[in-house]
Amino acid sequence: MTETSQTSPEPLLALEGISKSFPGVRALRNVSLSLERGEIHALLGENGAGKSTIIKIMGGIQSQDEGQIFLNGKECHFSSYRDAISAGIGIVFQEFSLIPELDAVDNIFLGREMRNALGFSRKSEMTSIAQGIFERLGVKTRFDVPVARLSVAEQQFVEIGKALSLDVQVLILDEPTATLTPTEAELLFNVMRQLRDQGIGIFFVSHHLEEIFEICDRITVLRDGAHVGVLKTAECTMDHLVERMVGRKIENTFPPKPALHTAERILEAENIRFASNGHPNSFYLRKGEILGFAGLVGSGRTETALALIGALPCPGKTVRIEGREVSMGNPAQALRHGIGILPESRKTEGLILGFSIRDNISINNLPQYTRPIGTIDTAREKRKTQELMSAVRIKAPSDETTVVSLSGGNQQKVVIARWLNRRSKILIFDEPTRGIDVGAKAEIYTLMRNLTAEGYAIIMISSELPEVVGMCDRVAVFSHGVITAVLEGDAISSEEVMRHATASVKKSAVDALSA
Amino acid sequence: MQQQALKSPQSMRSLLERYRASKFARSTAFLPAVGLFVVVACMIALNSRFLSFGNLENVARQVSINAIISVGMTFAILTGGIDLSVGAVMALAGTITAGLLVSGLNAGLAILAGLGVGALFGAGNGLCIARLGMPPIIVTLASMSIARGLGLIYTNGYPISGLPDWFAFIGRGKVLGIQTPILIMLVVYALAYLLLQRMPIGRYIYAIGGNEEAVRLSGIDSRKYKIIVYLIGGFTAALAGVVLSSRLMSGQPNAGVGFELDAIAAVVLGGTSISGGRGSIIGTLIGAMLLGVLNNGLNLLEVSPYVQNVIKGAIILLAIFISRQRGTASAR
Repeated sequence: MTETSQTSPEPLLALEGISKSFPGVRALRNVSLSLERGEIHALLGENGAGKSTIIKIMGGIQSQDEGQIFLNGKECHFSSYRDAISAGIGIVFQEFSLIPELDAVDNIFLGREMRNALGFSRKSEMTSIAQGIFERLGVKTRFDVPVARLSVAEQQFVEIGKALSLDVQVLILDEPTATLTPTEAELLFNVMRQLRDQGIGIFFVSHHLEEIFEICDRITVLRDGAHVGVLKTAECTMDHLVERMVGRKIENTFPPKPALHTAERILEAENIRFASNGHPNSFYLRKGEILGFAGLVGSGRTETALALIGALPCPGKTVRIEGREVSMGNPAQALRHGIGILPESRKTEGLILGFSIRDNISINNLPQYTRPIGTIDTAREKRKTQELMSAVRIKAPSDETTVVSLSGGNQQKVVIARWLNRRSKILIFDEPTRGIDVGAKAEIYTLMRNLTAEGYAIIMISSELPEVVGMCDRVAVFSHGVITAVLEGDAISSEEVMRHATASVKKSAVDALSA
Repeated sequence: MQQQALKSPQSMRSLLERYRASKFARSTAFLPAVGLFVVVACMIALNSRFLSFGNLENVARQVSINAIISVGMTFAILTGGIDLSVGAVMALAGTITAGLLVSGLNAGLAILAGLGVGALFGAGNGLCIARLGMPPIIVTLASMSIARGLGLIYTNGYPISGLPDWFAFIGRGKVLGIQTPILIMLVVYALAYLLLQRMPIGRYIYAIGGNEEAVRLSGIDSRKYKIIVYLIGGFTAALAGVVLSSRLMSGQPNAGVGFELDAIAAVVLGGTSISGGRGSIIGTLIGAMLLGVLNNGLNLLEVSPYVQNVIKGAIILLAIFISRQRGTASAR
């Protein structure tokens, strides 16, 4: 547990006492970082620990509320990404910023094309510079096709090449390996080592601990927007790191888990895949239980759930409800078979924001209130809506309040209430407590347990480990689109979940076979 | 209560806002109604002939064609879409009905065929938009061209005349003292009101305009309802076509050029949000009447038609400006 003291007097890049708040959230609290020349430095933390925010601050995309940034010992103020680039900081974002229709050269020189006296672009000169960069990287790519036709790894290298063409001293790679195969990742690591040897400082964000151990010199761990330590990779173990990442005390906000006496499977899903060449996953759900879908962002949890209910195409799947095979080609069919979903993004996928609570709850309940002549019995609708509102304890002046004015917790309850009137037996909660304050979280947890006690079965997708550990009866852990483990009972711990979630694909495939 | 009434404009505004919040669907017609009232008051003040029963009846009858087309347009715009094909579909349906009547087909069947062609065109629009995910503005632009072309092919470019005398009843007759086109318009609006405000499909239409993804994920087959919306659009356009043919006693393949724009103007003047989710059918009726009163009043005042265009455009801009001001004020 040795914290390295800053030996070098003048690090390449230093951030001191950085704080940043967004409405309702303190994203960063007094975070300090330092990056040496010729160093690969990992930024590690759970989803939401503040890694993306600090990258955006380093790149001038967001500005800090407090704290200073020093580059080569001089304080800098970046008011835009352009400023950061001209100071020598390049970022390869998680979502690529390439223009798909342009070729690699045009992408690399986008916005600073070399032109001759007549204003025509000097393509051949730019191409030879680009070739030089790629030679330096030690990788080959095609310059004569739109980047959309390159592989994801090649696109990644074009991004890196773009950053290098700017003569950066600091290169920030935000989860560059998330979309790469192990071989491609290895290629990237070689490039990173070369750049390091050329004196460039690299921040590397990855959730895959094995990669971090393979390539990084030092590791900064962030947790809940705070800096929890800088470690030398050589001096720590993987267990140690995981403990640091998830080490917060799990508050006892979770209702007790009841003993499950029944093994009756309400849902069995086989061959669920969300990409045509994806790994086919199978899982089941028992009556009255909460099954967690855990894993890193992008590990395929949400997509698997959407493929299950037919919101994403998934040919060849088999879904059985209470032992009976059913077809589930779209969400409307899923609704008929009693499956409801609380989408990941409440505001863009769950709610109709400008509409009233009543409109939002009633949307899939209207046939119940419709008289034989086809008109809606609004008095009955209103009565029932108010019943549902008090059942899930929505705090609002009336059922006609627009949902946009509600707090996150109450908004989530509106989406939950929508399903309770349908006798849906299976509910999928996708990140049910994201952006919700602690008190409201506890209420949602209690509500979920009350529902399972009534016989509902819940699949909960969550990126928050304490929530997964505290709420789930069983946990299916996803890594790279594959369920790498299903944990049950005492086997559910943050460390175990993290271990399986960060398992590399090759290993996990073997695990899955031997399991 | 006396004190309540004397309170500051702010509390008046909060009262108004509370009224708005409680009946959001209907309240979008509030400003257009005020606008219509103001325009009518101006017309009465400027010209004594305006208020005569004969003239008002004339306005209502002139309005009826655009008003009927605007019903379908309201449905499309409420879902966040648009239907540019209505004018051309109207002409096509009108000529088909006229042509079949001249050829001696049973009257009911001829009218049904016209209406059916309209509904078919609408359903085709809906299928392309909902099933194939094509943008409404492009799909209906294309079907506008197709419908116009088919109408010209069918008639060879010439108006169809020689319709049976009794057919004039639809466009020129009276039922219980009310002119038939006005009656048809009122019935269509009553049905549309029932559909939009009283039945589940109306809620779905509003909700699709509000957030289609949320509607889909809550298990509603949003695509089905979008197809129905465009089908209604084609049907109401065809109905207007039949009324127009009867009124002119001929099938005009070149009728209705630019009618889609008048319909959009009526819908938007009626307070319906062009991005969908907010608005009302009553507002559209008010919007159509507003346009009709302006037309009629400016004619009575002997304003040149060239100037009339400018005035109408300016009024549409002004109306959108006012409703947007109000919208941003209440959204904070």
